[in-house]
Amino acid sequence: MSNESIKRTLGVALAVCVVCSVLVSTATVALKPLQEANKARETKKNILMAAGIYQDGMNIEQEFSKVEARLVDLKTGKFIDGDAASYDVRKMSKDPNESVEIPAKLDLGKIRTKATKAVVYMVRKDGALETLILPIYGKGLWSTMYAFMALKGDGNTVKGLSFYDHGETPGLGGEVDNPRWKALWPGKTLFDKNHVLQIRLPKQAVDRSRPEAIHQVDGLGGATLTTRGIEGLIRFWMGAEGFGPLLKQIQAQGV
Amino acid sequence: MSQLKAKEVLFAPIFNNNPIMLQVLGICSALAVTSKLETVIAMSAALAFVTTFSNMGVSAIRNYIPSSIRIIVQMAIIASLVIVVDQVLKAYAFGISKQLSVFVGLIITNCIVMGRAEAFAMKNPVGLSALDGLGNALGYSVLLVAVGVIRELFGSGKLLGFNILTPITEGGWYQTNGLLLLPPSAFFIIGFLIWGLRTWKKDQVEHD
Repeated sequence: MSNESIKRTLGVALAVCVVCSVLVSTATVALKPLQEANKARETKKNILMAAGIYQDGMNIEQEFSKVEARLVDLKTGKFIDGDAASYDVRKMSKDPNESVEIPAKLDLGKIRTKATKAVVYMVRKDGALETLILPIYGKGLWSTMYAFMALKGDGNTVKGLSFYDHGETPGLGGEVDNPRWKALWPGKTLFDKNHVLQIRLPKQAVDRSRPEAIHQVDGLGGATLTTRGIEGLIRFWMGAEGFGPLLKQIQAQGV
Repeated sequence: MSQLKAKEVLFAPIFNNNPIMLQVLGICSALAVTSKLETVIAMSAALAFVTTFSNMGVSAIRNYIPSSIRIIVQMAIIASLVIVVDQVLKAYAFGISKQLSVFVGLIITNCIVMGRAEAFAMKNPVGLSALDGLGNALGYSVLLVAVGVIRELFGSGKLLGFNILTPITEGGWYQTNGLLLLPPSAFFIIGFLIWGLRTWKKDQVEHD
């Protein structure tokens, strides 16, 4: 039979498809558990890093068992019951039943829709809240940037900010991963005495002698738009549209 | 074609017939992944795996492939291999796969892989085709490593993440060259490398 006959063509096409699909599905199915485990470990590691607990070579699972994950209703800022471990914020923020549209004017993080709930992580010491870890995300210059913001128990003082997923230019916007820049964050406060959100990332170097320096972190050099994105997403998530209601309660009465 | 020597097939693509520098194929990924040496190595390994095995696969069934659907058959084989590589990276080298992001998937459209399948594997036996795939991946890797070293060393003062020229931002003296971290810089570097190679090997100069 000639190679060019219709039968032959269909036969070869079918055979190639079957062999290829077997190959692909075997790889996917066989490697899935490993990949899921990687992802879960990565998230836990990021949470621990944001909280400042993480050290190289520590047992992530064991350390993470001390962290309490809770679901929060963003609008009221109240904790609600539910399985926080399986709540997928990225998926829910796209689900019309589980998300709300953000008015363009308030959408500082440029994320358009947000899930109505969020998962927050808490580390307690002797019953009192020691660290509160809030997942935040929003648009940088090229990409959606995902981070954890760790706050002290007062719901105001920053313990750390760490971006764990972004596609900003290495060396410029990508410097969000630079430990020196991250080290600028701890100790800053988000709100002033009157509970007004004050955190800013000015373009000029922060003048440390001025009183507002406590609310300011140097912008990233050469990455104006990434910096603007970071400022926007932080102000969004710490504001009334994001975790504002929750933070207000924590500031007022603790948890 | 049986007189082709295995050694020649394997090593010719490195300097004499480099897929990037002579044929100017596969430029897109060369621009995208070369800002760090670590990703370059992972990308090169991924490409070597794909070209070698896709060439083998295509070569093994070359006498059965109807010419009307040969391109799509090659694509199916290449695409499957790329997915396998992507899945393996996600499972065993999670950090690197995150940095390579879409570029592993884009090996599918890397002209080198298709080009070798169509130009070589369709006409040559399995063993030689495998060598040809590996050789071309080596040629690709040599250039990528060269570009990666230049970009990472002068762009961020590091190699494989270790400080070589300690940048000012980390308390050293080296003023990093931000341009080198942006994809267009790879264009200039590849251009200069092509210039250098063609000055060395005059027969590669194209005549108008």
